[in-house]
Amino acid sequence: MDLVVNGTRRSVELDPRTTLLDALREHLGLTGAKKGCDHGQCGACTVLLDGRRVNSCLILAITLQDSSVTTIEGVDHPVQDKFLEHDGFQCGYCTPGQICSAVGMLDEVSKGWPSAVGDAELTDAEIRERMSGNLCRCGAYPNMIPAIREAAAR
Amino acid sequence: MTTTAERAVGQPIGRVEGPDKVRGAARYAAEYPVGDDLAYAWVAQSPVARGTLTDVTVDPLVEADDVLAVLWHGNAPRLAEADDPELAVFQSDRISYRGQALALVVARTLEAARRAAATLQLDIEQEPHDSVLRTDHPELYTPEKVNPNFPSDTASGDVEAALAGAPVTVDVTYRTPPLHNSPMEPHATTALWADDDLVLYDSNQHPPGVAASIGGLFGLPADRVHVITEHVGGGFGSKGTARPNAVLAAMAAKVTGRPVRLALPRQALFSMVGHRTPTIQRVRLAATADGHLTAIDHDVVEQSSRLFEFAEQTAVSTRHMYAAANRRTGHRLVRLDMPTPRWMRAPGEAPGMVALECAMDELAVVLDLDPIELRVRNEPSVEPESGTPFSSRHYVECLRRGAERFGWHDRDPRPKQRREGDWWIGTGVAGATYPTMAQPSTARVRRLSGDSYEVSIAATDLGTGARTILTQIAADALEVPVSQVRMRIGDSTLPRASVAGGSSGSASWGWAVTGACRSLRESGREEATFDSSELIKQQEKDGKHAFGAHFAEVRVDAMTGEVRVSRLFGMYAAGRILNPRTARSQFLGGMIMGMGMALHEESVLDPAQGTWVNHDLAEYHIPVHADIESIEAEWLDEQDDQLNPMGSKGIGEIGIVGSPAAILNAIWHATGVRVRDLPARLDKILPHL
Repeated sequence: MDLVVNGTRRSVELDPRTTLLDALREHLGLTGAKKGCDHGQCGACTVLLDGRRVNSCLILAITLQDSSVTTIEGVDHPVQDKFLEHDGFQCGYCTPGQICSAVGMLDEVSKGWPSAVGDAELTDAEIRERMSGNLCRCGAYPNMIPAIREAAAR
Repeated sequence: MTTTAERAVGQPIGRVEGPDKVRGAARYAAEYPVGDDLAYAWVAQSPVARGTLTDVTVDPLVEADDVLAVLWHGNAPRLAEADDPELAVFQSDRISYRGQALALVVARTLEAARRAAATLQLDIEQEPHDSVLRTDHPELYTPEKVNPNFPSDTASGDVEAALAGAPVTVDVTYRTPPLHNSPMEPHATTALWADDDLVLYDSNQHPPGVAASIGGLFGLPADRVHVITEHVGGGFGSKGTARPNAVLAAMAAKVTGRPVRLALPRQALFSMVGHRTPTIQRVRLAATADGHLTAIDHDVVEQSSRLFEFAEQTAVSTRHMYAAANRRTGHRLVRLDMPTPRWMRAPGEAPGMVALECAMDELAVVLDLDPIELRVRNEPSVEPESGTPFSSRHYVECLRRGAERFGWHDRDPRPKQRREGDWWIGTGVAGATYPTMAQPSTARVRRLSGDSYEVSIAATDLGTGARTILTQIAADALEVPVSQVRMRIGDSTLPRASVAGGSSGSASWGWAVTGACRSLRESGREEATFDSSELIKQQEKDGKHAFGAHFAEVRVDAMTGEVRVSRLFGMYAAGRILNPRTARSQFLGGMIMGMGMALHEESVLDPAQGTWVNHDLAEYHIPVHADIESIEAEWLDEQDDQLNPMGSKGIGEIGIVGSPAAILNAIWHATGVRVRDLPARLDKILPHL
């Protein structure tokens, strides 16, 4: 099957049971997306699929013929520099997922998608609510919020 | 040589590996390309808590699907005796807990390995099991020592007489649940044999220790086992020693002759790699009417497994927190048909200080005394049990300065007084402490061409900032800018380092790095090595602790009992802070894990199955973005020249010590409800509102 990954068309032969996450990590050499739970519970595997953030462990790769996938290796976004500036990570394992999720989330906000918080502006409460699918056991949350807020303003 | 370099230690330098981490370029144990013949392994775990495994069969149709090997005790290679019985995988037919590794499927693909493991037929003779911790368990006993080497019981004076004669007493029992470390990166190993040498890409907190223990099992000297641990996706104690995944991967690689990757599924982390023991703690305090403690009694009941005596040092911090003439601490264990508890961030201190610091709050209420003032009145001048002077102790300053910063002074001490809309609001305080330790390590420094230096030590950076801090320490000792230092860690072939545990990494490794760099600078040689063993052996061990105070403001929904932590504040006295940026992150991370301990985290036992039922991240609730509101950490400028060349104390764990108690005490202040059984779920609060 064919996938467009970070702008490049890649042909790959896959078991029908292979998830998008395993296709990236084990077949395409892209290990930036992480496997934290393999059940869509932690967000470490978040990538952008046709621009939208998804848990890549929950999608069978075979369903994605010709889809466009952006992984952390293909992301170039101010949120990355802001994570560095604010120490928005410790062990780094959830970080690619947090960053891809933040990029996808900011796009959702710009399109006017609602959240459970319902603030008109992108408040810290909005960011926290919208980012809560991405777990961080190191507890770097307080540093990620200003990083994402400042990246959004740029 | 630059002699005017600005000191790097103390500067908020960004993480050396940060750019790799934000671009997905940092490699973890399961991410190294090791060749096209890589095979994948998947563990079949025991579905029963106790019994014997008599046979394992694989469906021939499944086997035809790319399966290379199925290993179990009936066919696995024999290993040498293990110090840690959890590492003696497939060496016996005994089943000691539900979730124990019983078989391993190795296949050409991950999908095939997983399916075959799920469809293996395991023939088991099941036996009745016992998985419930209780204070009247007939098999409770007093262990000889508690971790790492403390007496189980201590006593001085006459506690019973002091309690009988005191005008004010408190007698309370607190329970903490089993907790799981849950690092974001599940334990993983990629193993390959090169001739008779073994290479392990392994996620752990101590590469030399893993090399030694895996080498021992396979009859290899440690230098024939090469453990590579460049990046670690968190450990929090659960990766402190080799775990069964490393043994299994090495075994599978040996049997199949291929490189083998074994990344444990998240669910397996709830049985195979450790957890924090549940505790039942009775604390009795006696005091004079003006709030001077006359007796402290802290009795702990906790568990270990059939395999291994792991005795958490839960009451040990009580031995040095407060002055009292009559005192007693004790630990009793029962061995159950459950997985072996291991270290989890601040083992001992984290659960122990819940009971002590909540009991102190309860005593303050009975005395009608401010809880900070109660603590100040019981400040000891030396370690109360050992009589050793403290190398530095600024606990009272943390309480006072923290109270100022938090805004404590106009607090109404009565509970359930402040209501805003649907929310009851309250504040709480609790003390924090963590021992200051250093362990022998060796570092090497080499002058490279040009102006740069390579500093090597087999340390690991689990996200603590170790790589960055060691770079700063080396730069100062060499008197060069950090840009001229290349730090090499995360490899067992580098000079031997101690474990990244006990909040001792920076002190232990920094000591060796300082020694090597000073030696090179002073000798003018091209290379220098320094071993800190002798200096550390001569050092006084008692009387060295970091201290802190945690303050919490909570609001509790009057309609639902939901607790929100509006503010959490930590004030610490932890020696010299080597890097304020990474230090703040460490403190905050510990406090957030403490919030999880107070409000969310518990592994729920199903006694019928002998297992924790909520074994994944959807049901074992760790704090998420939405749980965090205002959270901040500050520290005093504490000088202590009796510690190590940097004057630093460990900071990785103290944030989880006392922060849960501060939150529980704030819940009482908000609602008048005293939750003594963690976590403070809404169903424990709502019926009493």
